[in-house]
Amino acid sequence: MNNPLKSLELNVQIILEKRPQASGLMNLCSPMLAILLTVVMGGLIFAAMGKPPLTALYLYFIDPLTSWWSIEEVLVKAGPLILIGVGLAVCFKANVWNIGAEGQFTAGALMGAIIPVLWGEWQSPFALVAMLFLGALGGALFACIPAWLKTRFGVNEILTSLMLVYIAQLLLDWMVRGPWNDPHGYNFPKSASFEGWHLLPMWGDGRMHLGLVVSLVAALVLFWVMRHTLKGFEINVVGSAPRAGAFAGFSQTKMVWFCFALSGGLAGLAGLIEVAGPVGQLQPHISPNYGFTAIIVAFLGRLNPIGVIFAGLLLAISYIGGEGVQIELGISDKTTQVFQGMLLFFILMCDTLILYRLKWISAKPGQQTAGNAS
Amino acid sequence: MLNNSNNDAQSTLLQVKDISKKFGDFYANDTLNLSIETGRVHALLGENGAGKSTLVKMMYGALQPTSGTIHWQGQQVSIASPAHARELGIGMVFQHFSLFEALTVVENISLALPPQLRQGDLSQRIADLSLDYGLPLNPAALVADLSVGERQRIEIVRCLLQQPKLLIMDEPTAVLTPQEAQALFATLRRLVEEGCAVLYISHRLEEVKQICQDATILRLGKVVAEVDPQVETAATLAQLMVGASVHQVSRDANDQVGDVLLDISNLSQKSSTPFGVNLVDVNLQVRSGEILAIAGIAGNGQGELFSVISGEECNPNQQFISLLGQVSDGLNINQRRCLGVAFVPEERMGHGAVEHLSLTDNILLSRHACDDTESSLDRGWLGIDRLQLAQLNKVIGTDYDVRKSKEDATAGSLSGGNLQKFVVGRELNRKPKVLVINQPTWGVDAGAAALIRQAVIDLSREGSAILIISQDLDEIFELADTIAVISRGQLSPSYKAGDLSREQIGLMMAGSHEQSAQESGA
Repeated sequence: MNNPLKSLELNVQIILEKRPQASGLMNLCSPMLAILLTVVMGGLIFAAMGKPPLTALYLYFIDPLTSWWSIEEVLVKAGPLILIGVGLAVCFKANVWNIGAEGQFTAGALMGAIIPVLWGEWQSPFALVAMLFLGALGGALFACIPAWLKTRFGVNEILTSLMLVYIAQLLLDWMVRGPWNDPHGYNFPKSASFEGWHLLPMWGDGRMHLGLVVSLVAALVLFWVMRHTLKGFEINVVGSAPRAGAFAGFSQTKMVWFCFALSGGLAGLAGLIEVAGPVGQLQPHISPNYGFTAIIVAFLGRLNPIGVIFAGLLLAISYIGGEGVQIELGISDKTTQVFQGMLLFFILMCDTLILYRLKWISAKPGQQTAGNAS
Repeated sequence: MLNNSNNDAQSTLLQVKDISKKFGDFYANDTLNLSIETGRVHALLGENGAGKSTLVKMMYGALQPTSGTIHWQGQQVSIASPAHARELGIGMVFQHFSLFEALTVVENISLALPPQLRQGDLSQRIADLSLDYGLPLNPAALVADLSVGERQRIEIVRCLLQQPKLLIMDEPTAVLTPQEAQALFATLRRLVEEGCAVLYISHRLEEVKQICQDATILRLGKVVAEVDPQVETAATLAQLMVGASVHQVSRDANDQVGDVLLDISNLSQKSSTPFGVNLVDVNLQVRSGEILAIAGIAGNGQGELFSVISGEECNPNQQFISLLGQVSDGLNINQRRCLGVAFVPEERMGHGAVEHLSLTDNILLSRHACDDTESSLDRGWLGIDRLQLAQLNKVIGTDYDVRKSKEDATAGSLSGGNLQKFVVGRELNRKPKVLVINQPTWGVDAGAAALIRQAVIDLSREGSAILIISQDLDEIFELADTIAVISRGQLSPSYKAGDLSREQIGLMMAGSHEQSAQESGA
C-alpha cells in the first residue's frame, strides 16, 4: 500500500467561509470603502484612457458641487433616484426582486399623462393631484404583472420585471409617435407640452420642483415604517427568515404583492413627476436609466431609507459629473454607466467580504491518496 | 459483571494523550485523555456541547488538534484527513448520512470506496457481508426507497468493506425504532467478538448500559469520569454528564380530564411538496388537562401534521380541525392563536425564532396579533410597543431561566437549551388553552429539558390541553397521559400511557397500525 505522505500534491482551493461575527463597524464603512475603491479604479481607467486622472476625478465628483446651477441639477436628478430607491430598498429587504422600476416609471408617466393629453382643458389643482394619483396607480398596476406571475405561476420576478421594461418603453414610443402625437408638433415623436396645472410647481427660475420634497417625505415615512411599525418588522422577517415569517402568520404571497405595488407605485409616481416637471411632455426617452440606477442607490444606501437619500445624491452627482467630463475632456458619456456599474460591483463585493472571508485551502496529502493509490 | 472481561486479546488500539482543540478563545476539548481497547464497545457520553463531536472529528482526521497527540496501535500518528483515517483502519458512521437518493445502494457505496476496493463484484460482496452481519440490504435497491434504518446499514456496510479496526458511531440509534436498534446491537456485538473496537457516542444511557463495556464521560470539554457502565445506574451516569443531580420531573396522577379542546377527525391531506408525507385519515382528541404525545420516527408526517394544526397551512373549505369547539380549518395561525392556542415548532432557529433578531423582536414574532398582553403590542402607525416587549422579555427570562449575555441579546447568541427555554416560555407565558409542541426538548441539555417538561406538565394541570410530537420515548413516557404513534402519515389510535410498552410503540413506529399492513395481516 502506498504511503499517503509520499503523494504530496499542491492543490489550492478558494472558498467563501461565513465569518463567525460580522464586524458592525465594517458594515457601516462598507459603502465608504466601495466609493473609495470606485474612485481609485475610476482614476486608473481615466489614466489608461490617457486623460489626467486627478482632473477627471475632480470634474466628476467635485465640480458638480461648485456652482448653484449644478447643485440644483444634482437635486433634480436625486429626486427620482431617491423616490424609486426607497421603494426598491423595501422590496429587496423583503427578498422580492423588482428589477423593472424603469418600466414602472414609464408606465406611471403614461398613465398620469392621460389627463394633460386627453383632458387638456381641465385646469385645476385637482388635475395635478389626479395626475400624481394616476402616475402612482399606473406604476403599481404595471408592477402587479410580475407579482401575479410570481404568485400564480412561480415565475422568477427578476426576469419578468426586467423584460416588462422594454414593453413599457416601446409602448411609450408608440404612443408618442401614434395616438398621443402632438397634432401641432410637426410630427416630432412627442406629445403636446403640458401646461398650467399639469406641471409641478417650480421654484424661482431654476428647474427645482416639488418632486424632491415628495421623495424626502416618502423616505422619511418609509424609514419610520421600517424601523418602528409591525409592517416593517414583517418585511424584515419575511425577507430574512421565510419559515419564521410563516410562523408569525405573515403571508409570503401578500408580501410579494405589497412590495411590487409599493415599489411600482413609487416608481410610477417618480415617472409622472419627471414628465410633469423637468421634461414637461411625453417623449420616447424620459429617463436616463433612473429605474436601473435606483437599484444601486438602494444597495449603496444599505437598504435603509435614510441611507437611500445620501446614496441618491451621490449617484445624481455621477450623472452631472459624467456630463462634465464629457464636455471638458471629451470622454464618452458611457463612463457614467461604467462608474455606476463599478460602484454596484464594489458595494456587493464589500458586503460579501464583510459577511464571509476568503479561505485558501490546500488539500492535505491524505486526501489525495484515494486517487493515487493503486 | 463484564461481558468481555475474559477477552484476552485486549490491547490498546487508539490512545489520545492530552489533546486540546481551541476555537478562538474557547476550548472545545481541554487536555483530554482517552484510550480505546480492541474488542470492546467504548461509550463516549456527554451533553450537547460537551466536546464529543470535536474529539471524534480529530480521531477521524476531519479536525486537527491544537495540541496533544494521537497514538494508533502504539505509534504516534498525525491523522491528516478522513481518507488517511480510513487507511489506518478507522471507520465512522455519521448521524446524518450523505447518500445520493437517486442512486442504488451499490453505486453509493462504490462512490465512497478507494479504487482498489471497487474492483470485482462489489454487489456480491455487499450482499454477502450484509447477510453475514445481519444487516439485510439489497444492493440494487434505490436509496430513495429505503427506510432510515436501511440507509444507516449502507453506511455501516461501507465501513465494514474497508475492514476497520475501529468503528466510530455517532448517535446511531437516534433514528431507529427499538427493534432496529436491537438488531444493530447484535451486529456491534458480533464485530467486537471479531476483535474490532467500537466507539459509541450516545446520550441514551440505557443503551450504553446494554452494550458498552467502558465509558468516558465528557463535560465542558474535559473528561470528568471513566466508569464501568455495567456498575453505574442510568441516574448516576446522568448526574456525571450534567454535573449536578438532574431535577426529577414530578407529576401527580391525572384525574381532572375535561372537555375536548383539540379535535381532529378524518383529516387527510396531500403534501404540498414533492418530498413531503401525505396525512391519511388522522383522528385525535385532546381534552383539557390531558397530555397526548405522538411518537414516531422523524419524517413520518410530524411536520405536515404540525403545520396543518398550527394553520401555517390553512384550508378554508374543510372541516377536519376543531379548536376549543370551533371549526378552525380556515383560520390562519394568528386567528388560531387568538382562540387561545399556542405553537412551538420543531426547529427553534429559523422557524420558531430568527437568528439575527433580538429576543424582544422574537417575542413579537408570535405575540403581535392577539390581545393577551396588557395592551396590543402593535400600535399601527405609532409603532411597536417596545416598552411592553422589554417587560415581557424580562418576565420570560426570569420565569424560564433563560441565560443570556445581555438582557436583549440576539436569538443566535443563546445556546440551544436556552433558546428552547425562551421559545417555549414565550408561548407558555400566554397561558394557552391548547399547546401544540413539536420535539419539545430535541438536542437540549438535561437541565433545560427537565425545566421545559415540568413547565408543560404544570400547564396541563392548570387545565390546558397539550399535544406533544416527539421522537424521544423517554420524554414521552415522562410526560404523556395518552400516546399515539405516527407512521407514514397514518396515526394510530390513542392509548393510555400505562397500557403501552416500548416494544408495542416500536412495532407501531414501524407501521403495524397502518391500514395496508392491517389488511395484509388479516
